[in-house]
Amino acid sequence: MPKAPVSPMAPPASFKWSRRVFLLLLSAFVLTPLFVMISSSMKPLQDVQGAFSWIPSSFTLQPYVDIWTTVPLGDYFVNSLIVSVSATALSVVIAIFAAYAVSRYRFRGRKLFTVTVLSTQMFPGILFLLPLFLIFVNIGNSTGIALLGSRGGLILTYLTFSLPFSIWMLVGYFDSIPRDLDEAAAVDGCGPLRTLLKIVVPAAVPGIVAVSVYAFMTAWGEVLFASVMTNQTTRTLAVGLQGYATQNNVYWNQVMAASLVVSIPVVAGFLLLQRYLVAGLTAGAVK
Amino acid sequence: MRQRLRRLRHPRGALPYLLLLPALALELLIHLVPMVVGIVMSFKQLTQFFIRDWSAAPWTGLGNYRMAVDFSAPVGQSLLNSFWTTCCFTILSVGLSWLLGTAAAIYMQDAFRGRGILRALFLVPYALPVYAAVITWSFMFQRDTGLINHVLVDQLHLMDEKPFWLIGDNSFTALVVVSVWKSWPFAFLTLMAGLQNIPRELYEASSMDGAGVWQQIRKITLPSLRPVNQVLVLVLFLWTFNDFNTPYVLFGKSAPEAADLISIHIYQSSFVTWNFGVGSAMSVLLLLFLLLVTAVYLFLTSRRRDADA
Repeated sequence: MPKAPVSPMAPPASFKWSRRVFLLLLSAFVLTPLFVMISSSMKPLQDVQGAFSWIPSSFTLQPYVDIWTTVPLGDYFVNSLIVSVSATALSVVIAIFAAYAVSRYRFRGRKLFTVTVLSTQMFPGILFLLPLFLIFVNIGNSTGIALLGSRGGLILTYLTFSLPFSIWMLVGYFDSIPRDLDEAAAVDGCGPLRTLLKIVVPAAVPGIVAVSVYAFMTAWGEVLFASVMTNQTTRTLAVGLQGYATQNNVYWNQVMAASLVVSIPVVAGFLLLQRYLVAGLTAGAVK
Repeated sequence: MRQRLRRLRHPRGALPYLLLLPALALELLIHLVPMVVGIVMSFKQLTQFFIRDWSAAPWTGLGNYRMAVDFSAPVGQSLLNSFWTTCCFTILSVGLSWLLGTAAAIYMQDAFRGRGILRALFLVPYALPVYAAVITWSFMFQRDTGLINHVLVDQLHLMDEKPFWLIGDNSFTALVVVSVWKSWPFAFLTLMAGLQNIPRELYEASSMDGAGVWQQIRKITLPSLRPVNQVLVLVLFLWTFNDFNTPYVLFGKSAPEAADLISIHIYQSSFVTWNFGVGSAMSVLLLLFLLLVTAVYLFLTSRRRDADA
């Protein structure tokens, strides 16, 4: 979003210089780990076992080959992908319905619902980790539905993590879509669900994209529940990545290569769609 | 047509509830029921013998709570230590993240060459999966092979001996640095969105009156950001106070005492001893503390906003 300078006067030199210095230092702070990640992922093993060097003694892409065999990274990748995509899809659909109800209807309990859902966002994960663990164990024992250690259990859990924020952001978005459109659709004979699908959803695409990115990132990066609720076959990247570091020999070049590989899908997606996220946040904040 | 009209009128009362049902059911199943179960658990003597059938565990009244807050015994003492560590950590991390985010957002409010690239770069730490980011930092903090000691000792000669960063007292510093690196972009992103809502005319009018940039920041930008800041600081506080991922990935299963954050403390005392009763009691105490802080914070900040208005 290009923007003309806010003030007609050019900012004074003191402002410009402090801006340069500040942004330079901040960029160095942000860039250093990214540089370490990239450069170390292309180092031979002896480079990462001795004193640190900024530049690899020789460039190699071998770590990118080895990461798939040292630990079953491919399996973890598939697990993370299945869990994150399912959790995102489900949570976005559920959030769209809920946000539509909150935005378009006045009903008893509307305020209570909003407050309850939002306040679950603030509760510490550790608070429901233990009970949820026990509930899943007991559901497994009494019904035979194995939620613990299964992808299903993790999907259910993750989708509720992004639900509150998604609902809140979509309500803000839906509110900004003129109701006249709904009414016109109703006159044309559309029921409420058709109106939602044909009118409101297409107009709210940027908000829905933003919410999807957020939900995917949340699921892709979660560690706490993944560490307790997965087993050898359902392990996700969040837990699996530690496999390189628990052996006697830490293959730091492979750790860095694997970190880079697992980051690319989310970082690329996020950077491509970040302006939707900013727009979504703005819509939420206006409310 | 008639059928359609009937359908529209008939479920009208129930429709919003039907739309809410999936969200409500899931929130109940994953959040609210476990919370109630957690509160029940905290009153039970829930040791490893009862994990498979926790309803059989004997009641112990306030026993778990007494154990958690008995500050003369080891369990209570370490909980208190963890609580103070978490408080210091949260204040430092939230303060620094907010400061960096605010400064960056304000400096980047006006267009200049390279702004788009910088903005994308600054958002990378937020987009990066937590474990990938933290694992990279843990490599940088390695004593013998890490970048930090290489720069401090080998290149700048600030110290004679290479310190340990991931064990001992230095681990607190390491934790704060990683946490700030990870969370300041969220402050930046939110404040950038907030800045877009400030009407341009305010700046134009004030510069007609001869106000300089610094004055505009103090008189227009910062006050306009107050509603955004009210939510932002609260959210940052809650996330940071409850942070589990950063210490868990940075230190592995055993966090050093100087960096023993409350979430990891509860996790360890629950899953190492399998005493879920005491773990739940600690979680409930944590929740009560967070509710109290949130209530006081909202009360104070809202009152100030009303007074300003």
